Amino acid sequence: MTILWLILWLLAGGLIAGFSERIHPNAPRWVSLGVIAVAFVLLWGIPIDDVQTAAWIPRFGISVILAMDGLSFALVALNLFLGIVAVVSSWNEIERSHGFFQFNLLWTLAGVAGVFTALDLFLFFVFWEVMLVPMYFLIAIWGHEARAYAAMKFFLFTQISGLLMLFAILALVYVNYAATDVITFSYKALLGATIDPEIAYWLMLGFFVAFVVKLPGVPFHTWLPDAHTQAPTAGSVLLAGILLKTGAYGLLRFVVPLFPDAALDFRWPAMLLGAVSVVYGGYVAYSQSDFKRLVAYSSISHMGFVLLGVFAWNTVAVQGAVVQMVAHGFSTAALFMMAGALQQRLHTREMGEMGGLWARAPRMGAVTLFFVIASLGMPGLGNFVGEFMVLLGAFQVNVPLTIVAAAGIVVAAVYALSLMQRSFQGTPNPDVAVMADFGAREMSVMILMMLALVWLGVYPETLLGLSRPVLMGMGLPP
Amino acid sequence: MSSIDYLALAPHITLTAAIMLLVLLVSFWRNHLAAMILTVGGFAGAFAALFFAIRTATWEVTPLYLFDGFAAFFDGMILIAAAVTALISFRYLDGRTGRQEEYYLLLALATLGAMTLVSAQHFASLLLGLEIVSISLYALVAYPEEGNPPLEAALKYLVLSGVGSTIMLFGMALVYHATGTMAFDEMGRFAATGDRSDLWLAAGQAILVAGIAFKLSLVPFHMWTPDVYQGAPAPVTAYLATVSKAAVFAVLLRFAFRTDMLDNGAVFGIVAIMAILSMVAGNLLALLQESVKRILAYSSIAHLGYLMIGLLAVAALADHAMALETSLVFLAGYLAMTLTAFAVVTELTPADRATDVDLVNDYTGLFWRRPVLASVFTVALLSLAGIPLTAGFIAKFYLFAAGVEGALWTLIWAMILGSAISIYYYLKIVFAMTARADDVQHRSASWAGTVTAVGLALLVVALGTYPTPLIELVRMLVDGIG
Repeated sequence: MTILWLILWLLAGGLIAGFSERIHPNAPRWVSLGVIAVAFVLLWGIPIDDVQTAAWIPRFGISVILAMDGLSFALVALNLFLGIVAVVSSWNEIERSHGFFQFNLLWTLAGVAGVFTALDLFLFFVFWEVMLVPMYFLIAIWGHEARAYAAMKFFLFTQISGLLMLFAILALVYVNYAATDVITFSYKALLGATIDPEIAYWLMLGFFVAFVVKLPGVPFHTWLPDAHTQAPTAGSVLLAGILLKTGAYGLLRFVVPLFPDAALDFRWPAMLLGAVSVVYGGYVAYSQSDFKRLVAYSSISHMGFVLLGVFAWNTVAVQGAVVQMVAHGFSTAALFMMAGALQQRLHTREMGEMGGLWARAPRMGAVTLFFVIASLGMPGLGNFVGEFMVLLGAFQVNVPLTIVAAAGIVVAAVYALSLMQRSFQGTPNPDVAVMADFGAREMSVMILMMLALVWLGVYPETLLGLSRPVLMGMGLPP
Repeated sequence: MSSIDYLALAPHITLTAAIMLLVLLVSFWRNHLAAMILTVGGFAGAFAALFFAIRTATWEVTPLYLFDGFAAFFDGMILIAAAVTALISFRYLDGRTGRQEEYYLLLALATLGAMTLVSAQHFASLLLGLEIVSISLYALVAYPEEGNPPLEAALKYLVLSGVGSTIMLFGMALVYHATGTMAFDEMGRFAATGDRSDLWLAAGQAILVAGIAFKLSLVPFHMWTPDVYQGAPAPVTAYLATVSKAAVFAVLLRFAFRTDMLDNGAVFGIVAIMAILSMVAGNLLALLQESVKRILAYSSIAHLGYLMIGLLAVAALADHAMALETSLVFLAGYLAMTLTAFAVVTELTPADRATDVDLVNDYTGLFWRRPVLASVFTVALLSLAGIPLTAGFIAKFYLFAAGVEGALWTLIWAMILGSAISIYYYLKIVFAMTARADDVQHRSASWAGTVTAVGLALLVVALGTYPTPLIELVRMLVDGIG
């Protein structure tokens, strides 16, 4: 029962953290850290390829099927790690209702862990929707000035696309039911379903839209800049770091394996959306004056590579997409944490009011420089490996779109360096005379994320080796 | 009458006895608490009697009245909902001017009428049950002695419900003209052998359905609903939205099932159009509302629209048991979450206010002042929005499944569209509750009201998290009819 215990532990931990506020206002964040630490231990105890099954709603052939393979393991570990980053980054930011805040944070982590391990389509859908609710509360309660609008938009986009997915799931199950006379929501059982090609195409689109909204890909991205900008730092870290990856994971785990032929038919438009996202996201990022909004748009650009890689559907490209998912999780989480730290110190996100901050806070400047460099794809860091492998794989499938996406790397250099220049370099703003630099608490998580990116950049085999058997199992062409 | 007849009628007899006792009690000793306890006891007794009555399996007591698993399930839901209504009414009425005891009498009478409707298999018992429910409700809606809104609501309800009954009677007359019978079964036999395309029959059924649509408040016969829901006292609104809807739907479902009415394309089309209009218009109009009770009114219109998918599944699915199962599970979920929402609204209304706590703004900051009630309300609203792990999701999931199985594509798209719209106005209330406000006052929660509300919310979550017992129960009970 180990995977289930991990999820239940996070849920229970959320309740404990919520009520611990009655003991001491500062207790929830410590409880939260402890809960995540124990969750790490539990995760460590779960053997790879562990599968748990239990009947749930036999009427519809719905079971609790939780499975841990290399890909799930990497993403759940990233999830928990970013949970710690989120707790640390919001250490002093949250002023009221610490208990409920940590409760929502831990329940988001639990929902995401469920999404990455569920292998029953009904259960997957349940986790998919349930992780939205605590995230909605994080944005709606602790968000910035336009939180009402942002939280509503975030919820509506994901919920509506989720309904399309539910429709597609049910249609898939009933198509399979009509053919085999067995009603089941099990992923493994539905993998081999024989579906009329035309129906398969529509069902595939139902899943595709839900996942691309979450990814997000152009033209479904408009919720992201608002939600990321308005969310509290912990919310942004989790949103960009891990919630976007659930979309990528869904494409990889469900869309292509369940509908291989339909997905291949749809390859060109999907890769086009990916390439457009890369360039468009980068282009719009450059024109932002809000630190956080710029980072948010850069996420669209980076996740475009994932879309491109998944639909190129060969081992190199998909491996690249996996590396990109993890690397982007670290680099963007760090930049959002930086944005939150700056906002807390300066009470603004406008880069026009920053400038020359390096002189005031050299540690923050250096850290920002590192992650900006990572974000623009410097060799030796994880993001480069991901983007390079995606481009390498995509090149074998579609040369023009690969060229377009490669141009996106140039755009990345422009917006990333301009971010650095406008905030930390240039003439110091006389209004900002003193600014507290990062302390040990912040530096320690930042250093961990730097080490992770360097490791991914220098020796990506750790991650590649984890995900390789999974991708082989999906029947990827080399 | 044989002893088995009495056994099958045991729930009705128990409730009737409780009503008589209540009359005596009120005549000799006026006590609000005693009246409430006696009423809830009567509901509980009738509920217990169901377990004996169900031993008769399917039993016909006169050609008017049939007791079977289907009726038992509806009776059970109705009795629970009525008991919850009585419980949440206590504090609402306590401290208000005027006499409170007769309120419970009317409530028990309406419930008796609802149970009659559920077992009706003949036009005569249908009408009888319907009028007992409606006439009791006219008085209940106007019950508080203070203020004009309840009076206005009652008058509107009286006139429009009367119109609905009249239309229905006309439809019955036409059906009788075509088939020569008032019993559902014989109509079914007529449909199987006689001339299906008889214009009188189709017209009669269509008009009958329109009359019932008035009672179910389906678009375009919904106009009375928001005003009456808003004007009526909150617990009565809860009753209107749950018990009266469930009972009328039960008889409609039984009628459609027994007479194969929906096999007629025209009748099917009319129901489908009303369903789609209700889902889309109900949700769109809810967007414009500032009053929580009006939002819940439009949301109930939309939910009744969704429920029509369950009705249409009777004709669209070869598997009749699945069609019945869908409707029953949906209604169980709908009743649980609607009662939960209204329990909170009722609990927050102070006794010294003529109107209920009603505007969305009145709920600002509820999360920080009354965290328990706010959490309960959030659960109810998320369930109404169809978020997983709540009863509302399982309810909608069933409709999705039935719709996909029966290939009712247009209706499913309407439901997706309607659900998408509805998220906005449910979240609007949730957001208001999470906002910070220092100037809004909230009434302190009562012990009994809080326990009821929390219990209901737990039920909503339990049904959503582990629906298997409910599904098994429904399948066992409808097994004999399908």
